[in-house]
Amino acid sequence: MYKLLLCWRYLRTRYIAFASIVSVMLGVATMVVVNSVMAGFSGEMQNRIRGIICDVVFESRTMEGMRDPDWHMDQIRRVAGDQIEGMTPICVVPAMLSYKYGGNWVTQQVQVIGIEEKSQCKVSDFAKYLQHPANRREMNFNLRENGYDTTDHQAEGPVPARTQMQDAGWVHRREVARIQEYQEKILKKEQGAQAVLGTGVAPSAASPHNPFERRPPAMAESEGSKFDMAKEQCAGVVLGIAMSSFRNIKGEDRFRVLPGEDIQLTFPTAGAPPKAVSDKFTVVDFYESKMAEYDAQFVFVPIKELQRLRGMFDPSANIGFVNAIEIKLKEGADGNAVRDKLRAAFEPSLYGIYTWRDKQGALLAAVQMETTILNILLFLIIAVAGFGILAIFYMIVVEKTRDIGILKSLGASGRGVMGIFLTYGLSLGVVGSGVGLVAGLAFVHYINQIADFLGWVTGRPVFNPEIYYFYRIPTIINPDTICWIVAGALSIAVLASVLPARRAARLHPVEALRYE
Amino acid sequence: MNDTLDRTVAESSSTAVVVPRSREGNSPQLMATGLKKNYHKGPVEVPVLRGVSLAVRQGEFLAIVGPSGCGKSTLLHLLGTLDVPDAGEIYFQNRRIDNISSAQRDRLRNRDFGMIFQFYHLLPEMTTLENVLAPLMIAHGAWAYWKQRHKFRALAEELLARVGLDHRLKHRPRELSGGEMQRAAIARSLITKPSLLLADEPTGNLDQESGRDIIKILRDLNEQQLLTIVMVTHDPAIAAATDRTIRLADGRVA
Repeated sequence: MYKLLLCWRYLRTRYIAFASIVSVMLGVATMVVVNSVMAGFSGEMQNRIRGIICDVVFESRTMEGMRDPDWHMDQIRRVAGDQIEGMTPICVVPAMLSYKYGGNWVTQQVQVIGIEEKSQCKVSDFAKYLQHPANRREMNFNLRENGYDTTDHQAEGPVPARTQMQDAGWVHRREVARIQEYQEKILKKEQGAQAVLGTGVAPSAASPHNPFERRPPAMAESEGSKFDMAKEQCAGVVLGIAMSSFRNIKGEDRFRVLPGEDIQLTFPTAGAPPKAVSDKFTVVDFYESKMAEYDAQFVFVPIKELQRLRGMFDPSANIGFVNAIEIKLKEGADGNAVRDKLRAAFEPSLYGIYTWRDKQGALLAAVQMETTILNILLFLIIAVAGFGILAIFYMIVVEKTRDIGILKSLGASGRGVMGIFLTYGLSLGVVGSGVGLVAGLAFVHYINQIADFLGWVTGRPVFNPEIYYFYRIPTIINPDTICWIVAGALSIAVLASVLPARRAARLHPVEALRYE
Repeated sequence: MNDTLDRTVAESSSTAVVVPRSREGNSPQLMATGLKKNYHKGPVEVPVLRGVSLAVRQGEFLAIVGPSGCGKSTLLHLLGTLDVPDAGEIYFQNRRIDNISSAQRDRLRNRDFGMIFQFYHLLPEMTTLENVLAPLMIAHGAWAYWKQRHKFRALAEELLARVGLDHRLKHRPRELSGGEMQRAAIARSLITKPSLLLADEPTGNLDQESGRDIIKILRDLNEQQLLTIVMVTHDPAIAAATDRTIRLADGRVA
């Protein structure tokens, strides 16, 4: 009883102990915040990666791909059909994307993915990341009249509007066509005038930077009839949003290309040696997975179109070749087990079979390692607080030497005296980690407001939405982690008080009583 | 050693005039034989007690006097089991207590001995009432104490009333005068109803009047409750108020 009472009294009268409470509190709060934010980021990332890459990918290692995707799918179903929800064939090929922006040609290296839109949407979250509500419901590669989202539909809370998306679609395309027609008219007039004057200019000067000028014309034009941009579209393409837009410092998205405009894709043919082929595509939607890496790289086109252009096609059987088959598993199925089953069933030199975790193993492991290292470093903060407790307790024991002698003369045991200081240490830990926990959780809850405030104070945004494709800082509070943090802080507080407490317990009563 | 014991017993019987017969037991309540204690100052051993024997009867009020440095406080600490003698034996109620385990010693100090000191030794963080209750808090676990707290509190208030401190229950020691602090210390020493009170210069830090109050309280306790008291003092005037005086000089009974 005296232990509790004395503890309480010491806690209330020794304000120096609050120094150690504060350090424990700061340590715990920091750990809570960092773990929540890291968990938030990694959770967000895993969700997105999962949505982008499906559960299991079945890849062909050969150059031309699988000659008969349907046969392969049947085989896969035979091996692990009971766990498979759906499958879709894809074709992946590196390519160059070019489009005209501000009078210049912009060229970018991209990854073109040929998809079968119907089955793709069933297998992955692909449709979820599109910008037109109708495409999210049922995706197709036809340009929509208008009605694209003018705000980020995935954002939580208010975000800046994407005003440019207002007219995207056929409305924008007709406008572009009108302008182009007008420009051509002026150009022709000028050329006519120059020809009359005899100052001849090469006809190719119309677009001197166009790298595709000498390529075969797009399919519509090749059929002889004039391609009317205002009424017709090329094959549809879905661009990753990051390659066609940039985010300014206010967090607003500005687009260089809009749905309705045409872009040029150049990729190698499937033959050996590969030759470059190029064609025009009409942007029909944007893909926004919020994984900057993917949003800046992926371009989706209809698989049939890609097969046709690359020559991945068996004309006699009318079957296109594919590079890979994406497999979606049923709820609760074990991806690793399915992967291993498939690996056992298919020749490993011809087929590579991976789960989404394998595909992104390095990234996930890196995040995991960052979290671990941060935790170790932050735990050292609490350990430092522990040494603070140790030093302060030592002083308190010295200060209280006579009281310890008194207690012993009244019959308190060494253990009892030790108990006072251990309880004292524990209560410092409890108070410190309790306050730290509350502070940390509050910080996590208001983290975006705090980030905004800090940005306002320092004049620099703390959380730059240009880098991360989230507007808000994602957080996940994991109860297990919180328990570990608090338990760790408590045990450090108690461990730090063991040494002073032992010293107190071993004090000789007579010497302690004489102590002045 | 037997000689010494015999002499001490003889001495006590010689002063038996002061001790009413009714208070005499068959054997001494507290008995020490041949107590030796050295202190270490670096490599040098300084003898403090060189073989002290004494016997205290039930209900006796004994004063140990001597010049400072003669070892009287050390003797009291040995008797109160706060320290262990280098040689010699101590018996309390016919039980040897100088070689028992520390847990038993703690129990003895808590239940059977009351102790008061020159510097009162109250705990500054606790109120007068809590200081008085401290031995009970030590004796009982938190739960047992909580269950009996009303009983304990009543007992503590009664004891404080007896020493005239019933108006100072909530005061901290630093708000009390020396005399009041010593009275609180006496109340504390009595809370576990001990049979032996060890007092180490209880008036040493007090003015004459307060000192006389303290001695009066001790005298009353001795007479009314038949409490055995062993008091160390350097003041012969205070010692004169006791039943018997043992003079200590140079680590021996003079």
